[in-house]
Amino acid sequence: MRVVVQEEPFDFGREAQGFATGHSNMGAIVTFTGVVRDADQGGMDRMVIEHYPGMTQKALEKIAAEAVSRWNLGDVLVIHRHGELRQGDMIMMVATASRHRVNAFEAAEYLMDYLKSRAPFWKKEYTADGAEWVAAKDEDEDALSRW
Amino acid sequence: MDVLYFAWVRERIGIPKEKVETNAATVMQLVEELKTREERYEVAFSDLSALRVAVDQELTDFDASLEGVREVAFFPPMTGG
Repeated sequence: MRVVVQEEPFDFGREAQGFATGHSNMGAIVTFTGVVRDADQGGMDRMVIEHYPGMTQKALEKIAAEAVSRWNLGDVLVIHRHGELRQGDMIMMVATASRHRVNAFEAAEYLMDYLKSRAPFWKKEYTADGAEWVAAKDEDEDALSRW
Repeated sequence: MDVLYFAWVRERIGIPKEKVETNAATVMQLVEELKTREERYEVAFSDLSALRVAVDQELTDFDASLEGVREVAFFPPMTGG
């Protein structure tokens, strides 16, 4: 299990390649990458992600460990950035390894659902009109109930 | 104890962190105490349904005990991923 919280960009290709090699008896590797898109109202110049340094790593590790035990994963990787990002930048990635693909896909979805509303990150979008904190969506909270 | 604020809670209160001497037994009592201080606290804590709280870096709720607690953090619902 590897959990990384960092400001600098990560190399998706290298991370995915590194994760996908070196596991024995893992038939399925799933990766998901979150990318900065435009603000809903358009015209976004940049996004700044604030986080809670003392808590973030622990919260992510707890979520990742839960995914490993529930889906019997061979390995899991979570990388999440903070700081200033622009449209098209990769914010985060998760990767899961399991014997069969169903578990790898489900665990990746579980990770994403929990990262969205249980990991201490807050996004702020800057447009020509000013800056606004991204509001959490009810559907993100509802998504947790399926697990 | 240390009290931390993040995102718009930090902006509304105007500081990221402060030391608070309190006898509050629960998070809710601490909130009530802070609200009496100044208007900016009252504004920030006016709608608790829009807030989340972590005690010693674990998510919890407003009924949580503050016994032996070193750090309390207030923030809006998280928007990770």
